[in-house]
Amino acid sequence: MSIFLNKDSKVIVQGITGGEGSKHTALMLKAGTNVVGGVNARKAGTTVTHGDVELPVFGTVAEAIEKTGADVSVVFVPPAFTKDAVVEAIDAEIGLLVIITEGVPVQDSAEFWAYAQGRKTRIIGPNCPGIITPGEALAGITPATIAGKGPVGLVSKSGTLTYQMMFELRDFGFTTAIGIGGDPIIGTTHIDALEAFEADPETKAIVMIGEIGGDAEEKAAAYIKEHVTKPVVGYVAGFTAPEGKTMGHAGAIVADGAGTAQGKKEALEAAGVKVGKTPSETAALMREILQAL
Amino acid sequence: MRTDITVDLMEYQAKELFAKHEVPVTLGIVASTPEEAKAAAEKLGVVVVKAQVKAGGRGKAGGVKLAKTPDEAFEHATAILGMEIKGLTVNRVLIAPAASIEEEYYFSFLLDRANRRYLCIASVEGGVEIEEVAKTNPDAVKQIAIDPGTGVDEAKAREIVAEAGFPAPLTDQAVQTVLTLWKVFVEEDATLVEVNPLARLAGDKLEALDGKVSLDDNADFRHEDHAQFEDKAAADPLEAKAKAKGLNYVKLDGAVGIIGNGAGLVMSTLDVVAYAGEKHGGVKPANFLDIGGGASAQVMADGLDVILGDEQVKSVFVNVFGGITSCDAVANGIVGALELLGDTATKPLVVRLDGNAVDEGRAILNAANHPLVTLVDTMDGAADRAAELANTQGA
Repeated sequence: MSIFLNKDSKVIVQGITGGEGSKHTALMLKAGTNVVGGVNARKAGTTVTHGDVELPVFGTVAEAIEKTGADVSVVFVPPAFTKDAVVEAIDAEIGLLVIITEGVPVQDSAEFWAYAQGRKTRIIGPNCPGIITPGEALAGITPATIAGKGPVGLVSKSGTLTYQMMFELRDFGFTTAIGIGGDPIIGTTHIDALEAFEADPETKAIVMIGEIGGDAEEKAAAYIKEHVTKPVVGYVAGFTAPEGKTMGHAGAIVADGAGTAQGKKEALEAAGVKVGKTPSETAALMREILQAL
Repeated sequence: MRTDITVDLMEYQAKELFAKHEVPVTLGIVASTPEEAKAAAEKLGVVVVKAQVKAGGRGKAGGVKLAKTPDEAFEHATAILGMEIKGLTVNRVLIAPAASIEEEYYFSFLLDRANRRYLCIASVEGGVEIEEVAKTNPDAVKQIAIDPGTGVDEAKAREIVAEAGFPAPLTDQAVQTVLTLWKVFVEEDATLVEVNPLARLAGDKLEALDGKVSLDDNADFRHEDHAQFEDKAAADPLEAKAKAKGLNYVKLDGAVGIIGNGAGLVMSTLDVVAYAGEKHGGVKPANFLDIGGGASAQVMADGLDVILGDEQVKSVFVNVFGGITSCDAVANGIVGALELLGDTATKPLVVRLDGNAVDEGRAILNAANHPLVTLVDTMDGAADRAAELANTQGA
């Protein structure tokens, strides 16, 4: 088992003909992902070839779904076109939409997030490494070679810290690892992932990685206290980061002290989560838990 | 760092954007010398001399003064120019015509990341102490959620004005002002548009007497005119140099230079170095530098060049996890960078590589056998070594 993505997932790539899209399509295939095609309106009807796999390029997401039965799309289109690509995928009712693109204007993210409400698409990202269910499928850019299948569920704001933690716990392995992205507005949150890991019978323990800014970790802590019975280990980056300049008064009125690494650590610990000071200490805490299971 | 994706504007720049979108505002004249301030006051009459820095609390810091005569404007400008407010040097003052204020209101639109939408905050009890009002009398500070899908149309603007409780004679003006401020927010890709005070002047005229705007620099590609708002003069010289080379660098106050890939890992590296520093004379990280995915020799050389230009730096910690980037490329980058820098590279480098092609990467560094480079296997161990070196080099 796993969350959101598995060996039966049929994956398309929006922006499959671009540099990043092409490179990572090849890596996703190599990781065993069932990539079934791509989308580029200007190259509809052509194909792209990776090794011995020839993939059709469709004009629209709707057409790609109709022809291939795709239920996951990975977005690599440039920031200026990301919002349109996302809205198109939501309209086509793709089940899971993973937005890798970095540098999406936050108002575009706010708009497509609002648009997704009440519709059928789960969004991961933007500005994230995506999701990997080791041994089954990769929808994103996480290196598939770091760690294999195992009992740990991982959710992280940061890409390289996702890789670092997978590396630290590679001898145990992962059910699913998700990089949700650190942009101000993202689709899938820590809480969404925690809820899914809690419900996944193969996930025995969960690592949650956060960083300064926003209140996602504080909210996740409250959620863990109420709803998560599996052991959770946490890590928060940014203790020594300088405080952001606060412009004006609006931030002070709404932020209410949330957002510091210390505040997040305390909130998580109050919810019974063991929090490591460094990535390796965090891994050691998880190791103890796994060995006791 | 990663959260720092906005460009904050000074008051006079915010007011220029307000004017562009027809928010009621008086622009005034920007002066960078007392002489210019005096000349401006001769044109405008009684004026307020206002420090232009990207920080709040200017009034409390003595950066805002009323000048009844041009000579007073000269005196105030002399005092304010060069002053430091929250660590920022005042290089310009805004000479604004003094206004006869009857009431002060507060108004803002901002990104509400916790709820993934926008928020309008409005209060008819405005003025400088709005945070105090929010604490002591929260009912007086209205928070109105804005759906990014539908935004603010005239009906929503009327709802906001009614909720905030603007006085009846000002209702229509307030609605128009809300609509124009909304235009500033969406058309300029802002994350914050704030007016404090939005003032009721004599004759029931509503006007924005101050303005704060933060712009989303991810949206720069559709706003060519936003490039002018970058405050090059005020930036730290090392930050300016890094920016010119396209590096994501933030100067801090410490002795261990940091280079890493990925914002999260670099932030984590700062923390790990700070912890290690507790055992080594309290040394701290000197900077944040994220070289991102592609660590070419040139990017590594540019990064090292900036960090070695920091006189406070005593040692450098290069911390790379090869995800997509392979460690052999990073190792070649380090060797190439040291060749490019030649004799200007004089400080010890502690390098930790892991992940993709780590054995090849380590082999390249071992073969180069550069006297300044120490290879350490783990992140914690490398942080400890870098902190130790910074401490002994500093002594």
